Amino acid sequence: MAGVVAVAAESLAGGRARAARTVLDQVVLPGEELLLPEQEDAEGPGGTGERPLRLNAGVRARVRVVCGPGLRRCGDRLLVTKCGRLRYKEPGGSGGGVYWVDSQQKRYVPVKGDHVIGIVTAKSGDIFKVDVGGSEPASLSYLAFEGATKRNRPNVQVGDLIYGQFVVANKDMEPEMVCIDSCGRANGMGVIGQDGLLFKVTLGLIRKLLAPDCEILQEVGKLYPLEIVFGMNGRIWVKAKTIQQTLILANILEACEHMTADQRKQIFSRLAES
Amino acid sequence: MKETPLSNCERRFLLRAIEEKKRLDGRQTYDYRNIKITFGTDYGCCIVELGKTRVLGQVSCELVSPKLNRATEGILFFNLELSQMAAPAFEPGRQSDLLVKLNRLLERCLRNSKCIDTESLCVVAGEKVWQIRVDLHLLNHDGNIIDAASIAAIVALCHFRRPDVSVQGDEVTLYTPEERDPVPLSIHHMPICVSFAFFQQGTYLLVDPNEREERVMDGLLVIAMNKHREICTIQSSGGIMLLKDQVLRCSKIAGVKVLEITELIQKALENDQKVRKEGGKFGFAESIASQRITAFKMEKAPIDTSDVEEKAEEIIAEAEPPSEVFLNLLRVSKPVLWTPGTAQIGEGIENSWGDLEDSEKEEDDEGGSDEAIILDSIKMDTREVSNIGSQDAPIVLSDSEEEEMIILEPDKNPKKIRTQTISAKQEKAPSKKPVKKRKKKRAAN
Repeated sequence: MAGVVAVAAESLAGGRARAARTVLDQVVLPGEELLLPEQEDAEGPGGTGERPLRLNAGVRARVRVVCGPGLRRCGDRLLVTKCGRLRYKEPGGSGGGVYWVDSQQKRYVPVKGDHVIGIVTAKSGDIFKVDVGGSEPASLSYLAFEGATKRNRPNVQVGDLIYGQFVVANKDMEPEMVCIDSCGRANGMGVIGQDGLLFKVTLGLIRKLLAPDCEILQEVGKLYPLEIVFGMNGRIWVKAKTIQQTLILANILEACEHMTADQRKQIFSRLAES
Repeated sequence: MKETPLSNCERRFLLRAIEEKKRLDGRQTYDYRNIKITFGTDYGCCIVELGKTRVLGQVSCELVSPKLNRATEGILFFNLELSQMAAPAFEPGRQSDLLVKLNRLLERCLRNSKCIDTESLCVVAGEKVWQIRVDLHLLNHDGNIIDAASIAAIVALCHFRRPDVSVQGDEVTLYTPEERDPVPLSIHHMPICVSFAFFQQGTYLLVDPNEREERVMDGLLVIAMNKHREICTIQSSGGIMLLKDQVLRCSKIAGVKVLEITELIQKALENDQKVRKEGGKFGFAESIASQRITAFKMEKAPIDTSDVEEKAEEIIAEAEPPSEVFLNLLRVSKPVLWTPGTAQIGEGIENSWGDLEDSEKEEDDEGGSDEAIILDSIKMDTREVSNIGSQDAPIVLSDSEEEEMIILEPDKNPKKIRTQTISAKQEKAPSKKPVKKRKKKRAAN
């Protein structure tokens, strides 16, 4: 353990690797290399290659560690590619858990499986072109709606809002999205209604709001009856009974990013009174 | 990138909200967003924030020959640029329509209104006048660029100080900022643009539209006024039919708004003046608040920067040498303290423009200029200022072909121009003289 701490302490300027365990919840910068727990023993004190003699040296449990957003495999280490805080999640069953970097950005990059809100920009033949905030518009086939057949086309116009998920999203191809899940059911996806307000927030706020047990959402739900759709591309669609209420909700959600929990509670209580 | 399309649902919502007299951010129909004016460390540099729309303005000056048909007037030059960081839709070469429209409007507002006394910019009639250049950069687009740009332009002009010049007979003396305090420009009045957006064929009107409202508006009316209620420019675009009383009403509203904005500008200028005089901290590092991404922060620890140069030299001397990769990047590592609270380490990447033939001529003539006096911009690096004491060579003012520069023939009694500074702005970008010094260092090594 002392060896690991020594390595961490003197590695700041030299680009030497640090143990991932020691930098949890701290800010990491792109270019840093992180050591997984199983490799720390191998480095040894000072990293000069003095390996302590071990019995059973060959038998080490190989655990499968998932490297999430912001991290990349580099040899047998993890390379940080985004600046932010390093997070770790304990594994539920077997496996080594997940490491990822919590970073903040506003520009969305399509990821397979993400549910997003898109705006239809063009109808050409059998597909719709949908703008999702990425570098290319995604394509959406007209058959990818619940109950759609060649005779029974869905009623989608240019300028409509669509809630769907990506089935193909990588850097080499144009992203493709659909509005049905693997069983063929809509499951909440499809064309979003006519009224309501669409606004944009940062991606970090969306992840915060979509986390399980998010207090903000519960409090907002107690204020007014509302319909709300979150897209992982930073877009939120909200609809309440009157325009005034919709505007209040939109402003609260945008402001939630920079408010502490106490400030938020104050604002909500003030709104609940009026 | 293409602009994000406006969805039907947003358009419908915005128009319905405007019919109910509601705006997205809770403003009233005639309300402006918060205007924030901050100044940089050099004179003539300011950032104006109108809500989230940000414009950076910078004024610089230079001695040139006047235009042939206006021999006793200085030259004004305005330029607004839409930076690519302002909106994803702005690409180099893409936004020409909007750019041309904004530049024309700005020129009409500032040049034709004669807010700056150009006669006072004349140094020697027919030979030397001041050319004042106002560069505006849009840093973030959240609607109403023209208002923010006009405020930034006039604030930067009021804040700017040009070097002092004295003419005695045939001798013209140009003083550096160290010898004599630079003097402000002579400004008659402050024209400010106010924008009105019209919806539903002129039925509804909003002042200071933000980006969403601009997308759904039918037409735009811009009125440029000063605080004496004189209209400098008025322009209506979008092709809507406006009634006479609508335009009159707008001009009355504009009068009120311009008064408020002018007061704000005066207060900001006075505050900055006070801070500079008292020796407090000024500049962008102080006035632009740091944005918070998370809701939790630590208190800032106050740092005393008075002896930062000595401390840094000690640390650098004692530290182990950095790896090869960094050695090439950290050529000049001696920090320079510009003002309390604003310091600079290094000067960026080497200037690759320094390899022109002019660089050899400049190497011979170093004269008394010290490192702190740096030429203005890379464009100006190609112009040479007359050498000290050299009375034989013709004075070449500019090598650029875009401007008509008159090369003066040597007279019997040549005018001696004493110093080599021609810009009040201390340039932080890489320039020729430090490059030249670095070359000499390398030669020594």
